[in-house]
Amino acid sequence: MGRGAPVFDEMLTPEGGVRAAYADYRDWFDEQDPALLKRKDGEAENFFRRTGITFNVYGDDAGEERLIPFDMVPRIVTAREWRKLSRGIEQRVRALNAFLHDIYHRQEIVRSGRLPQRLIAENAAFLPQMVGFVPPGGVYTHIVGVDLVRTGPDEFMVLEDNARTPSGVSYMLENRETMMAMFPELFTRVKVAPVQDYPRRLARSLAACAPAAAGDRPTVAVLTPGIYNSAYFEHAFLADQMGAELVEGSDLRVVDGRVAMRTTRGYQPIDVLYRRVDDEYLDPLSFNPNSALGVPGIMDIYRAGGITIANAPGTGIADDKAIYSFMPEIVEFYTGEKPILQNVPTWRCSEKDSLAYVLDHLAELVVKEVHGSGGYGMLIGPTSSKKEIAAFAAKLRAKPENYIAQPTLALSTVPIFTKAGLAPRHVDLRPFVLVSPKGIDLTPGGLTRVALKKGSLVVNSSQGGGTKDTWVLED
Amino acid sequence: MLGRTANGVFWMARYLERAENTARLLDAGFRMALTRDVLTAEAEWRSVIATVGQTAAFEAVHGAAYTGDKVWNFLLRDKANPGSVLAMIEGARTNARSVRTALTREVWEAVNESWMLLSEWLARPVKEAMLGQVLAAIRRQMTLVRGAMDGTMLRNEVHNFMRLGTFIERADNTARILDVKYYVLLPSVAWVGSSLDNVQWESVLRSVAGERAYRWLNAGSTDPRGIAQFLILDQRFPRSLNFCIDKIRSNLRGLAHEYGHETEAHELLRDLGTRFHQTTIEAVIEGGLHEFIVDFIALNQQVAQTIERDYRFYA
Repeated sequence: MGRGAPVFDEMLTPEGGVRAAYADYRDWFDEQDPALLKRKDGEAENFFRRTGITFNVYGDDAGEERLIPFDMVPRIVTAREWRKLSRGIEQRVRALNAFLHDIYHRQEIVRSGRLPQRLIAENAAFLPQMVGFVPPGGVYTHIVGVDLVRTGPDEFMVLEDNARTPSGVSYMLENRETMMAMFPELFTRVKVAPVQDYPRRLARSLAACAPAAAGDRPTVAVLTPGIYNSAYFEHAFLADQMGAELVEGSDLRVVDGRVAMRTTRGYQPIDVLYRRVDDEYLDPLSFNPNSALGVPGIMDIYRAGGITIANAPGTGIADDKAIYSFMPEIVEFYTGEKPILQNVPTWRCSEKDSLAYVLDHLAELVVKEVHGSGGYGMLIGPTSSKKEIAAFAAKLRAKPENYIAQPTLALSTVPIFTKAGLAPRHVDLRPFVLVSPKGIDLTPGGLTRVALKKGSLVVNSSQGGGTKDTWVLED
Repeated sequence: MLGRTANGVFWMARYLERAENTARLLDAGFRMALTRDVLTAEAEWRSVIATVGQTAAFEAVHGAAYTGDKVWNFLLRDKANPGSVLAMIEGARTNARSVRTALTREVWEAVNESWMLLSEWLARPVKEAMLGQVLAAIRRQMTLVRGAMDGTMLRNEVHNFMRLGTFIERADNTARILDVKYYVLLPSVAWVGSSLDNVQWESVLRSVAGERAYRWLNAGSTDPRGIAQFLILDQRFPRSLNFCIDKIRSNLRGLAHEYGHETEAHELLRDLGTRFHQTTIEAVIEGGLHEFIVDFIALNQQVAQTIERDYRFYA
């Protein structure tokens, strides 16, 4: 935590008053019998286990499934706050798509001198196979998860743009289901914007991106790496809710110029593939030749207009942490507007002056790998020992271009339910955005991740974080 | 529907059915062993292992020591036994998980819950005092899954493949019980009206949950020939070979109706159906009960393989 920086609690004011967003909820909460709430808390876990809402942790025993802890106190955002957030997110997502198109075509932004050439040229996420190609409908990022953190009443900042294959939306939906099952009366008292139609919106948005080769009713399929993938539950859940087929690489092959799935009646073409497999594994003929998770030849079919791949291959270039530090310039360059949502201040360690500053201030900064994700391989200065900091400094000096640094933010807190009552914990927020030629569609809500350990700032589920239902209030 | 999905629901159903049948078999064996001297009990346990076709695997671990607790733990939970109830439940759940989109939420939850519960019950060796409860829990969970399937699944191709798995497995299991018991019962089958070892026949009926049904139909007389007729040819008893064949046929008909054409499996079933309809138990016994059953098991397996191939279960 930044020293001296006051932490913004979303429920309580420093004087102990209840903020407007939580007023109705808190009234309800105070009427409840604490013993009953404790029992409900236990029920929630059983519910998740029985329904199999689990994720697999890499590095654990093969096949071990864990629950992401669910906290039953909702995270609440007012309609007014949400309107501002939506405008900012839409602007950002528009810029991301324009940026991707530019990067794979004329690279105007590089020509104009606002983005260093090497960030593109030396980036593994840049795919030469995408150069000069326009995806069906001109959409690159069909689904975006924008990670936001809050530091004050009106201060939401973007921490990360997940433009590849953002996960977590199933938790947004299941958390709401769980809350409605546990506390139905709460939803008659507080008017919360619904999130349950997300799968329908997703299906509609994907279908609207179908390639020229598709018929009137495009066939949509979800491509999963299989049941041992950490997000398998979500893949199955989304396919199920959309009424789409859930396919694996072994179900697919190229037949008569289309990507087709092996059904009990023979091979049938797929129009839109919502893939939850990384670029690298998508096509052994174009990328990693050892991949068994993808479809040999799919990139050729893609480039010939035979299928839509969502998100488009090569979108990873836009959510790289080095590119992230240029997002304010990127938003301005493509939209001609000032960014509505701010970035977290970021030092690029590839730059000499920045590196010197970062090395001098490691104890107060968060240092992240440029290509890392999931909270792995990062340093949180304030909570690290001298030894850990020294070891990290050595890594940083050896490959400075691999890292960026950010101040340790005073992330806002929201209370969680503990045996001793409500206790504040740090949170972030990931709303989910759908993009199609028909427009940008933002579901009012998202995934709130919460660091369950007191004082901890790490909200990642792989590192002991939990989730909350996220409420956007209706006017 | 994906070929892999058809494969998944088919095997999910087979594993569930086998888990249940193994529990029934154990229950009958346990009851039998309790009422017998040590030597006969040992023979009974030996035949239980032989029925599930795991003699070699069992003897590799335990030698010829066919004691009750070794046998039931082997069949319920031993890692050396690929067909243990625990392995079946895990297999069923893994398949269910990989075809979740084809199952209703209630079916998935029933399978998942069964797996959670039974893997806890079977985490440690099962003591004699607990065996009855464990076997009852297995039957109860499988009944729960079946109820969820019956009450919530759409009667479409997914259901057809699931039912095919159930009845192909069930027919196989009933046939294997008959095949093993055949040796013990051979003399009594030939001697009409003999009361020789009625307890053995009772045990066979018990292992297919048929004792009550048989008594209804036969008013208390345990005639070995009648029991053979009941288990092979009766069209009303849900675990008889004839009943299973009928169900396999109707589910294949459902697929033909939905797909607009038949496959080789349909032809196989037509032959099999005709053979069962035109025969009598006297003819079966005269031609050799053992040969009849061995023949049936092979044919049933061929039906399963043909379905797997014709409906593209594998790439």
